[in-house]
Amino acid sequence: MTTRFKARLMLAILLLPGFMASNAIAQSARDYIYIVGSSTVYPFATVVAERFGRGTEFKTPKVESTGSGGGLKLFCDGIGVDFPDIANSSRAIKQSEIDACATNGISDVIEVKIGYDGIVIASANSSADMSFSRRDLFMALAKQVPGGQEGQLVDNPNRTWADVNPDLPAIRIEVLGPPPTSGTRDAFVELAMEGGCKTVPWIKALKDSDSDRFKSVCHTIREDGVFVEAGENDNLIVQKLEANPSAFGIFGFSFLDQNAEKVKGAAIDGVVPTFETIADGDYPVARPLYFYAKKAHVGVIPGLREYLREFTSERAWGEEGYLSDRGLIPMPDDERRQIAKDVRELNALSAASH
Amino acid sequence: MKDANSTRMKVEAGLQRRRRKERVFQLIGLLATAVGIVFLGVFFFSLIKQGASAFEQTHVRLDVEMSSEALAPDGELDLIYADFDGVIRSALRNLFPDVTGRGDRRELNQLVSIAAGYQVRDMLVEDPDLLGGKATIWVPTSANVDMLVKGKIDPGIDEAMRPVSNQQIRWVDQLETEGRIETRFNTALFTNGDSREPELAGIKGALMGSVYMLLVTVALAFPIGVAAAIYLEEFAPKNRWADLIEVNINNLAAVPSIVFGLLGLAVFINWMGLPRSAPLVGGLVLSLLTLPVIIIASRAAIQAVPPSIRQAAFGLGASRMQVVFHHIMPLALPGMLTGTIIGMSRALGESAPLLMIGMVAFIVDVPGGFTDPATALPVQVFLWADSPERAFAERTSAAIIVLLGFLLLMNLTAVIIRKRMERKW
Repeated sequence: MTTRFKARLMLAILLLPGFMASNAIAQSARDYIYIVGSSTVYPFATVVAERFGRGTEFKTPKVESTGSGGGLKLFCDGIGVDFPDIANSSRAIKQSEIDACATNGISDVIEVKIGYDGIVIASANSSADMSFSRRDLFMALAKQVPGGQEGQLVDNPNRTWADVNPDLPAIRIEVLGPPPTSGTRDAFVELAMEGGCKTVPWIKALKDSDSDRFKSVCHTIREDGVFVEAGENDNLIVQKLEANPSAFGIFGFSFLDQNAEKVKGAAIDGVVPTFETIADGDYPVARPLYFYAKKAHVGVIPGLREYLREFTSERAWGEEGYLSDRGLIPMPDDERRQIAKDVRELNALSAASH
Repeated sequence: MKDANSTRMKVEAGLQRRRRKERVFQLIGLLATAVGIVFLGVFFFSLIKQGASAFEQTHVRLDVEMSSEALAPDGELDLIYADFDGVIRSALRNLFPDVTGRGDRRELNQLVSIAAGYQVRDMLVEDPDLLGGKATIWVPTSANVDMLVKGKIDPGIDEAMRPVSNQQIRWVDQLETEGRIETRFNTALFTNGDSREPELAGIKGALMGSVYMLLVTVALAFPIGVAAAIYLEEFAPKNRWADLIEVNINNLAAVPSIVFGLLGLAVFINWMGLPRSAPLVGGLVLSLLTLPVIIIASRAAIQAVPPSIRQAAFGLGASRMQVVFHHIMPLALPGMLTGTIIGMSRALGESAPLLMIGMVAFIVDVPGGFTDPATALPVQVFLWADSPERAFAERTSAAIIVLLGFLLLMNLTAVIIRKRMERKW
């Protein structure tokens, strides 16, 4: 290697930072929409964002998957181009979050309910069809279950499904599910576990007398290896279920929908999860999905009004819209029409209503 | 004589055992190497087996009529609102005139990717004279048809369990016998940004994000790292403080990368107010991450320069500055560059710290500068691996292959630099 080459190399290395500094001058006003929030809403929001970007003169929005809580925190941090315009959420906004928003000057938040998502407990297609009640799921997965006498709790002794309910087969309980940071886990715990928990009369009575204890009894999942936290990657759970026909996995309905030749959903309280049963409200473990937008950003960030319009259009969230192809379960016609109207008129949440 | 003999016998008695020990040790070493190679082979084999098909994409030939009535009903072509998809739909309908029901039509339209309409638009942008004429074009099929043609969907299983219906399979068979179906090189994979439609998704956005980030990283980490190494080796007084700094640098090299991400979030984004998701911030965080690696490698390279060179230069009256920059630096440069490139390869493979600074995001537009929102290659792999659509599985493997190719190229550069510039003593 010649010295001349070395000299040039050194020169290039010395010049690079200067060249970059000129490039990295503070960013001007943002010309794209910035979305954060739930990983459950992410697959739907990204589809809308992409169609919106390709179909209009506006730039494609940036969608960050931060989880519902993390997203709403970023969302409520302030008003202006540095803060997100929209937060996706797999649960309704909490009063504490509305208050946090208000202290940072975000008084008008537009709530948009977009549809439903079912949570399924699925197994490989090669396994037998199963039907659980929510009580079975609670008895199988809770850390502590009611003992022989009223008011007594024992560490969950159940090893096989037959221990839980004699009608179920005597195979070892093995459930793969999301970690506590996941919105899917929150919803499963709230809808399935708590639903089963309430079938025990004395625990149900706790809800009014000692709601903290009620929560800790109903919402705590066992940690003795029966319930395996499989991370946020649902594809991985599907693969593990294929390899192990006696295991069950917990994930969103859209994954079941896309992987129907590999896994099937177990019936809960006698209802098999399908598009129709979730839309009708028959399937018990389903939750609404939302996103929240800042009214103050409409008209400031280019395209925000049009994005809201696109998301609430029939071709997106309708019965046969492109979001239903991705597994979002549409709301009834009247509800959609009402919400679309509210969004067009930019009706914000009133702080008192929540 | 007798004494000498007995010593020899003693040695010979042990000799066999010593040789056997050596053979056993060699065998263990060989086995260990073989196991390593087998694991690597399995990894590459499964990766290539999974990912190779993603470099091809199924296309279908359509005869489209770019009729002025459909595209420009008001006499003028509106590039945003014109019904380009309608042109594709009517081309499909002409191929299968007996498909009439609304549901059936919808299934028919699902054979072709939504990219087809954009392709028609791009053709018209390039050559507005095509309006009103006819054209034969190859357009990508939808991801499900692509999976079917590639044999990744088994047509033998129950209809309810697969994403393509019986009649869709029949249509695809008919198109195949008519010679209208062809697999071609998947250029979209290299020219597009991210997408939720697998057949449209590409890695260019992530690749450019990684390139911008590494530019920032090398521009900061190399000069700072080398300057720190030279100062610590050549100028700094050797005392307790120097030892403390050395220990800290070594510790820093082993700190989990997510910690640097948290630091970046607190300092660069929250305090300095730099934009989230920007390659500039990513590059800053990654340069913190690679600095210790570069400092350690550069110091080792300086230490490897023989003391005789230094003494000769001093002996001829060179100043300390002259010794360092005229004699030590040129000789230590290959080692420094190698260390830098190895540090860069580590930075290229990082995704955890990028999570904290907002670079794990869905970004369609290819970044054009250091402050545009961007992702990076490993992040793209992570996002695709988590996507429910089947066709993303093979694209995930394809993205990993590209990432590995990139790493190989960087490490190869390191080897070549070392070989060409290295001096033997």
